[in-house]
Amino acid sequence: MRPAGKGEFDSLYFEYPKFSFSRPAEMDGRSVTHPVLIAGAGPVGLTAALELARRGVASVVVDGKDTLNDGSRAICISRYSLETLQQLGLSAQVVEKGLGWTGGRCYYREQIIYRLEMPHSNEERFYPMYNLQQQYIEQFLVDKASEYPELIDLRWQSEVVGIERSSQNVALTVKTPEGNYTLKGEYLLAADGGKSPIRKAMGLRMNGDNLPGNYVIADIRMDHDFPTERRAFFESEANPDATILIHKEPDNIWRIDWQILDDQDAGEAIEEGNIRSRVQAILDMIGHTGSWELEWWSIYTANTLCLDDYRHERVIFIGDSAHIVPIFGVRGLNNGFADAVNAAWKLAYVLAGVAKETLLDSYSPERRGATLDVFRNAGKSSRFMTPPTRGFELMRKSVLQLSLSQEFTRQFADPRQVQPYRYPLSPTVNANSLDAEFNAGPANGASAINRQVGDKRYLLDYLGLGFTGLFFTEQDKLDHETISLFSELVELDPKFKPLVINTKALHHEGIEMIDDSQGNIFSGYGAQEGSFYLIRPDRHISARWRSLDKQEILKNLQLAMGGSE
Amino acid sequence: MEATLAFNELEIVYDLLAEAIDEAGPENESLLLSKLCITLAHKVSELAIIKDAIELAKKDLLG
Repeated sequence: MRPAGKGEFDSLYFEYPKFSFSRPAEMDGRSVTHPVLIAGAGPVGLTAALELARRGVASVVVDGKDTLNDGSRAICISRYSLETLQQLGLSAQVVEKGLGWTGGRCYYREQIIYRLEMPHSNEERFYPMYNLQQQYIEQFLVDKASEYPELIDLRWQSEVVGIERSSQNVALTVKTPEGNYTLKGEYLLAADGGKSPIRKAMGLRMNGDNLPGNYVIADIRMDHDFPTERRAFFESEANPDATILIHKEPDNIWRIDWQILDDQDAGEAIEEGNIRSRVQAILDMIGHTGSWELEWWSIYTANTLCLDDYRHERVIFIGDSAHIVPIFGVRGLNNGFADAVNAAWKLAYVLAGVAKETLLDSYSPERRGATLDVFRNAGKSSRFMTPPTRGFELMRKSVLQLSLSQEFTRQFADPRQVQPYRYPLSPTVNANSLDAEFNAGPANGASAINRQVGDKRYLLDYLGLGFTGLFFTEQDKLDHETISLFSELVELDPKFKPLVINTKALHHEGIEMIDDSQGNIFSGYGAQEGSFYLIRPDRHISARWRSLDKQEILKNLQLAMGGSE
Repeated sequence: MEATLAFNELEIVYDLLAEAIDEAGPENESLLLSKLCITLAHKVSELAIIKDAIELAKKDLLG
C-alpha cells in the first residue's frame, strides 16, 4: 500500500518500468511446443529462466503484470543466494547496489541483550547477507534475461487463466490484451506466487499451520545514521507488547516491521494514519528526531504451509507457489532461488537427454525437505517473536529478563537466519559412510564452500556449468588413472569439469589447476592426497572421497544424474 | 541415583523461596519462578533430570 494520493507504483526512489505486450506466434496460428514454460516473472521464475538459458534451454515466461512487483518485499539476500546469482552473472549488480551486513542487535526494554554475528571471513567473496529491495533484484533479472533473446521469451500482460495437462505436454490458456491463446510446453515451472492460480486450478492444497500473529512491514525514507544491521526490539516503550524489527535498505530507505496485537483489528492497523503514528513512536524510541517520508507498507501472517509434493508430472512448483514460510529468518525468496536452480538444472539435463527423467524425482524430496527444515527453525523463531500462549509468553519474558545480566539465555534472541540446506532426503545424494572419514569441509549434500584463491579470486569462481570434480593432489604430475577418470566422467556429463587443487604448480593441457601451495583449500575441504569432491551444477556436494575411488565416483555421478544404484 | 540436596539445606531453600515469592508479589511470582527454573536448568546441565522434574511438578496440581 502507498500513501493517499499515490498510485500503486508511485515510489519515492524507484521508477517502475512499463512492459508492453507483444503478440506471440501462437496468436497468428503457429502451434509450437516449447521445452519449458514458466508461469510468473517474479524473481523465482526469472531465476529459473536464466538458469535454463545459460544451459542452452529455451523457455517462455508469462506474467499478467506489465511491470515489476510493487514494494520492496523480500529485502535480505543470503550469501548462498549471492553465490547462485554469481553463477547467473548477477552478483556484481547486487553487491554494488545492495548493503552487505554481518550482524545485528537485539534490545530488551531499550538495552542491548544480544549481538548477532554471522560467520564471515576473508575466505568469503560475499557478506553473509545483503539488503536490497526486491524490485531491484527483479530489474537485474529482467535486464539479464534480455541478454538471451533467443532463449528467454518474456511475455508480459499475459495471464495464465487455464491449464490442461497430458502425458506429453502442458497447455496453458493465456489471457492477453488482444485475446486468449494456448501456450504449449513440455514442462511447466509454476512460479506464480503464494496465491498460485496454477496450484488452485490443479486442485492442490498446501498443508501446515497458520501461526498466530499479523505483522506490518513499512518502508520509510529518512536520513538516519546507523550501520546496516538487523535491530530487534522486545518490549520496547514504542510497542511494549509486540516485537519490532528495523533493517536498512539502499536509497535511504528503512524497513520497519511490527506485530499487530491479537486484540487489534488488522484492517484498522494498516490504515495510513495508524501506520504513521506507529512509525513515529518507533522513531521516537530509537532517537530519530528528523523528518521522514512514508514509502510503502504491507501486512503478512506467519504461516508454515507447503504442498505435499512439489512436482506433479510435468508441472513443477517453485518458490511461494510451493511453500509459504514466516518472514523471520529471511527464508522466502532465498529458498525460492534455490528451488528455481534445483529444478532448472535438472530439467536442462533431462531435456538435453544427458540425464534420465528420474532425475526430476529428486526435486521434491530435496526442496520440500529444505522447506520442512525451514518450518522447524521458523516455528521456533515465530514462537519467540510471537508467543502463541501465556506459557510461551512467560518463558520469553523470563529469558529476556535474565539476558539483561546473564549470558546463557541470550542466544534465545538469535533470529535463526537462513542456512543452506544439506539434502539428507535426496535419492541422488550419496549418504555413504565414507563421508565420515573427513574431519572438515562440506559434507555430502551440503553446498561447496568458498576459499580465497590468490588476491582477487575465490574457489567458487572456478566451478563449471555441469558437475565439477574437485581433485586434490600433492604430486608433481597427474597420473594416468586420474586422467582416464576425468574422461570417463566427461562421457557421462559432457559439461563435467575437472578442477585440480595442487601444491606443486602443476600444468596439464586442457585441465584447470588451482595452485594451493599454502594449503588453504586443502584444509578448508579436509583433503589429503587423492581426495575428490563431486560437486553438482547447483554447488551441492553429491559425494566426496578421502582417497580416489574411480568406480565409486563413476557410480555416484550416474546416481546424481538420476540413475539407479 | 543422582546426588540430591540434604534435607536441612532443602529447608533453607524452602524459606528462601517463600521469601522471594513474597517479595516478588502476586504480579511477578510466576515470572520469578520461571526465571528460576530456566537458571536451574542451565546449571543442572542434564536434560533427563529436568524433564523428570517438570513431570514431577505437573503431578497433583490440585489448586
